[in-house]
Amino acid sequence: MIADLPPGLILIIGALVIPFLKLRLRPYFMLALPVLSLIHLLLLPDGNQAQVDMFGHTLVFLRVDSLSFIFGLIFLIATTLNVIYGWHEPDPVQQVSSLIYAGAGVGAVFVGDLISLFIFWELTAIASVFLIWASRNERAFRAGMRYLVIQIGSGVILLAGVILHYQATGSIAFDNLGLVSFPTALIFIAFGIKCAFPLLHNWLQDAYPEATVVGTVVLSAFTTKLAIYALARGFPGTDILIVIGATMAAFPIFYAVIENDLRRVLAYSLNNQLGFMVVGIGIGTPMALNGTVAHAFCHILYKGLLFMSMGAVLYRTGTAKGSELGGLWKSMPWTASFCIVGAASISAFPLFSGFISKSLIIAAAADEGHWITWLVLLFASAGVFHHSGIKIPFFAFFAHDSGIRCKEAPRNMLIAMGIAAFLCIAIGVYPAALYAILPNQVGFEPYTTTHVITQLQLLMFSALAFSVLMRHGLYPPELKSTNIDSDWIYRRALPALLTWASGIITHLHLRTLMRAQVRLQRFITSVHRHHGPQGTLARTWPIGSMVLWIAIMLCVMLVFYYL
Amino acid sequence: MTNGKEQPSWFERKENITRIYRGVWVICGLLALTDFLYHKHIVFKVEGFPAFYGLYGFIVCVGLVLGAKELRKVLKQDENYYDR
Repeated sequence: MIADLPPGLILIIGALVIPFLKLRLRPYFMLALPVLSLIHLLLLPDGNQAQVDMFGHTLVFLRVDSLSFIFGLIFLIATTLNVIYGWHEPDPVQQVSSLIYAGAGVGAVFVGDLISLFIFWELTAIASVFLIWASRNERAFRAGMRYLVIQIGSGVILLAGVILHYQATGSIAFDNLGLVSFPTALIFIAFGIKCAFPLLHNWLQDAYPEATVVGTVVLSAFTTKLAIYALARGFPGTDILIVIGATMAAFPIFYAVIENDLRRVLAYSLNNQLGFMVVGIGIGTPMALNGTVAHAFCHILYKGLLFMSMGAVLYRTGTAKGSELGGLWKSMPWTASFCIVGAASISAFPLFSGFISKSLIIAAAADEGHWITWLVLLFASAGVFHHSGIKIPFFAFFAHDSGIRCKEAPRNMLIAMGIAAFLCIAIGVYPAALYAILPNQVGFEPYTTTHVITQLQLLMFSALAFSVLMRHGLYPPELKSTNIDSDWIYRRALPALLTWASGIITHLHLRTLMRAQVRLQRFITSVHRHHGPQGTLARTWPIGSMVLWIAIMLCVMLVFYYL
Repeated sequence: MTNGKEQPSWFERKENITRIYRGVWVICGLLALTDFLYHKHIVFKVEGFPAFYGLYGFIVCVGLVLGAKELRKVLKQDENYYDR
């Protein structure tokens, strides 16, 4: 019986108990949940377990295989770190929603059918929006609303796809679906929205930076990587994903360079990292899929770490804007060091986690002869070092001294960052441990002379480009600004279009109304002229008038009679 | 906020910034030379070009930054653009 329990449910049920506990006990209880869940997962045997027959369908709540296991594992590790990071946070809204959200993410990874997937898919949306609203300001409320509409929209499209898919095939199994029909295309788009495909992406950069300090860290782990998991499960080897992924890897980095809010810079680079994973799914070879899974695993750790460090800066200084920060390494040396570890990992420096996972994807792209994709990924790798590896630590902790003097981050934050940083380095130094649990058996050696030297060249010359541009004043300064992205379409263009259209409709309505009034007035005037006190027809006596009308009617009848 | 008497730290002194800047040049130079010292395993012909990765990284990064600067002219709006 206990073996049938999906690990995600432990988190969800546990989260519901939190508000009834004493404030002091809550963090310990919250920490116990993912740890218990983790132990439970490690003891679970492979294969389908929990099945429930409902409405004539078999819903599979628990399917443990190598793909779901590794995603479940990293989700639970991330949850554990997030609880430690948010130890100081007494807000019950964030405590409950972060664990239900994590539980829904873990739950979704282990389902074996599309209906259960839909249930958890929507639950992640609903639970996570409270992490944005918990900022409790107007901006966050509006951003949360936009986020919710888009996330729920993704779920509705998923449901439509699932229903049509069931009608067409009679199956609700969540296995390799392939982009083969209209229903599967709908499912693909639903996954794509959550995965922040180009032009469907902006909910991410819009909403994540508006969430609370802890909320953004929590958000960064689950939603998008759940979508990566779903794509890897349902659409491996779908060619169009290579193009989509390459675009995702390349174009957000331009925004990242000119963005001022450092948490938003990280959101753009999150988008760029997802691009690498999507390319891996698109290539679809065992090595590429391994790369995607490994990269998702490492990414959750280093991206979480980077968001944690910027969250700590925000928590202590009240801002995460590059234009207002600088020189913080004096006040927050530990946070700065951990941030640099995260930056080195996302940049894929040898001996850090990103190196051993990203090189799998890039090598797979080269092996399959996708040379344009390969060049784009190299560009994206150099670019990510530029904006995440250098820009984030540089503008927050170094650059010019902003004069801000604050306390180091709270101890619980430092512990969470420390563990994440340790894991980033551990995976980088000893990749065999991660490679052993990847879905496919592939022999890949990341630490060859060629790999190391070429990667170091790519990174150091990118650093050189940064230094040269900085030195010669060519680097765009951090400016207080908002950069227009695709959200402009629904935040400005569509509302403007609607205002314009409603203006025209109002105008037409008024004109029609006025014309009708004029006509009516004319009619009344004419009636008045003939039948009013002075009218011709009102002059005769009523009897005379009646005789006249009868005479007219008789004439008409006479005419009809002869016709 | 800023303490007027505080000495500029190591990272803020001009001579050290110059040192770091030159250091990056030296490291890049050495890395480029390394290409002649080992057998590079390549898939595409272009990888065989000496210091291909370095040169490519430098060029695309400069392109990225200058491109983003141009993009800023089109995209940049006031910080409260959406709040108005």
